[in-house]
Amino acid sequence: MVNKAPLLEIKNLRVHYKVYGGVLKVLDGVNLTVYPGEKVGLVGETGCGKTTTMKTALAILPVPPGVVVGGEILYKGRNLLAMSPRQLSNVRGREMTMIFQDPMAALNPVFNVEQQFTPVLKHAAKNHLSNKEIHAQAVLALQDVALADPERLLQAYPIQLSGGMRQRVCIGMALATRPQLLIADEPGTALDVTIQAQVLRLLNNLVDRLNTSIILITHSLGVVYETVDRLYVMYAGNIVEVAPTRKLFSNPLHPYSQGLMDAVPKLSGGGISQGISGRIPDYSHPPAGCRFHTRCSHVMEICRHQKPPEFEVEEGHKVACYLYGPKNQEAAV
Amino acid sequence: MSEAILEVRDLKKHFVVDHIGTFRRQPVTVRAVDGISFDLQAGETLGLVGESGSGKSTIAYILAGMYRPTQGRIHFRGLDLFSENGKRPLFLKKEIQIVFQDPGSSLNPRRTIAQNLAVPLQIHKPDKNIMRETLRLLELVDLPAIYMYKYPNMLSGGEKQIVAIARALATDPSFMILDEPTSALDVSVQGKVINLLMRLQSDLDLTYLFITHDLSLMRNIATRVAIMYLGKICEISKGSEFFQNPQHPYTQMLLSSIPVVSKDEEKLKPAKMIPTGEIPSPVNIPPGCSFNTRCPKKMDVCFEIDPDFVEISRQHFARCHLFGQTQKQG
Repeated sequence: MVNKAPLLEIKNLRVHYKVYGGVLKVLDGVNLTVYPGEKVGLVGETGCGKTTTMKTALAILPVPPGVVVGGEILYKGRNLLAMSPRQLSNVRGREMTMIFQDPMAALNPVFNVEQQFTPVLKHAAKNHLSNKEIHAQAVLALQDVALADPERLLQAYPIQLSGGMRQRVCIGMALATRPQLLIADEPGTALDVTIQAQVLRLLNNLVDRLNTSIILITHSLGVVYETVDRLYVMYAGNIVEVAPTRKLFSNPLHPYSQGLMDAVPKLSGGGISQGISGRIPDYSHPPAGCRFHTRCSHVMEICRHQKPPEFEVEEGHKVACYLYGPKNQEAAV
Repeated sequence: MSEAILEVRDLKKHFVVDHIGTFRRQPVTVRAVDGISFDLQAGETLGLVGESGSGKSTIAYILAGMYRPTQGRIHFRGLDLFSENGKRPLFLKKEIQIVFQDPGSSLNPRRTIAQNLAVPLQIHKPDKNIMRETLRLLELVDLPAIYMYKYPNMLSGGEKQIVAIARALATDPSFMILDEPTSALDVSVQGKVINLLMRLQSDLDLTYLFITHDLSLMRNIATRVAIMYLGKICEISKGSEFFQNPQHPYTQMLLSSIPVVSKDEEKLKPAKMIPTGEIPSPVNIPPGCSFNTRCPKKMDVCFEIDPDFVEISRQHFARCHLFGQTQKQG
């Protein structure tokens, strides 16, 4: 992994929302890297900025009210934020695609499935496609996502499909252009648990087969445990910890990650922890220093004033917390 | 064994959604709840688990008195909840309370917390000092008294749900229906609400019907678990046995679908059961066993006859031909 050049690199990204009554300082220096063929997870609670990060990466952040204040997003070394719309459209929809949470909202209810596939495939092939070719490619895409009778499905309207089928159509559409990076924003959350398991397994197999990189955004820790290679934990617009998935689950270091892991009810029993006290901060007046310090049980004086940098504890395991800083370790000794 | 405080027998609720045929005389019905029987012992937590459209909320609404059942009997402490003529008496309404899924919409946004809590008090305890009762309720759920003067939009999701729980407790109920009380909350706040509910249960001797789709959560709190699929209960058993020894193919499929976070949990999942197929529409429930479209162990008989509810072992019932057969032979 290390010797490869990263596919997507988000560096110190800062995004604010200018709303009536103030500025919401949502993203406060997000760093995230995806290597080719890698499966990356991004977890965090509601409102921690997961979707904002990904929308900025795809340049679909609504501006206004969103404002990119700083940082850069490098896709194969080129800054997406500095690209012209034409250059951007060469990347987005061809090399980078996205799946959204709610498939009913992602599909247009007044067009049938084939009509929705057409612009996607046309855009990817730079319009050099006949209707026959489009039809053939759409059929292939639906077969990829294990939908029976694709010919009939192409004529169906979204309302005639079940939730699981709609999400499969979305997955098929996102992967039809054979992108190099797929961003999946809570792809199973709107579905029932047995359907979610099917959709995630399918997505996982397809991504493996096509060697696509994927960023899986979710608030469910169980979903990422079974799928991704590396996991980013996000809290209030900051990445607080990153590690290989199994390592993060067996040895979470940041107090927030620890609280989050404890709070998940286990199938093996053992009661339920109290969770994390307090709530996500108000983004118009975020706490100074570490944004987690108001809820943290290990809070120190320095946390209140200074934002913790990322400390690399082991190779590939970084945590943004002064507990693991060099000074603190000396003090502990 | 303590006494059963609630007895549900052959409960059915059908909704007419459309009319078809000549002069549109033939009704199209959704069989949301289709023949359900269970008992609830005093002081226990019965977990009712099912996917969307399985009818779990319909049961909650029937028990709370928001719907009348199409058929079937419900007895609460020996009293019929739906007598022939009309309304449920006030003392029964007082005993059975419900907490809804989304606290954002179940609290009135234009009233303060105190005003929200006062509504059940004015109806059920008109002779008491309402201010004092409100304070008692807030103390009961560990909220500071100052919250009386706040409006729901000033509270976080978890706090709103705690207020909704306090409101349900206002009438001193003995039986609470919890309709997915934490599914709208983040996992870090869920723990607080669940622990509060568990503490209240032991302090106030409450009986819970806990509706959820989260089996991992159920594992940690339920005394008994019932699994619903398309308006029918397909398996019901004690919590611990349920997770170690699931019998019905749907239950196994459900358990194997749960995303887990540790190796200990992976061992508990029936590995061979890979979920397939989609949930049929409740308008067109397949004949025979309703699970026959997705069941990996389906037999010919499953397409013709709906299986009976069979006691496999003590207190462990399942609705499946796999277990009915041995009985017929015996």
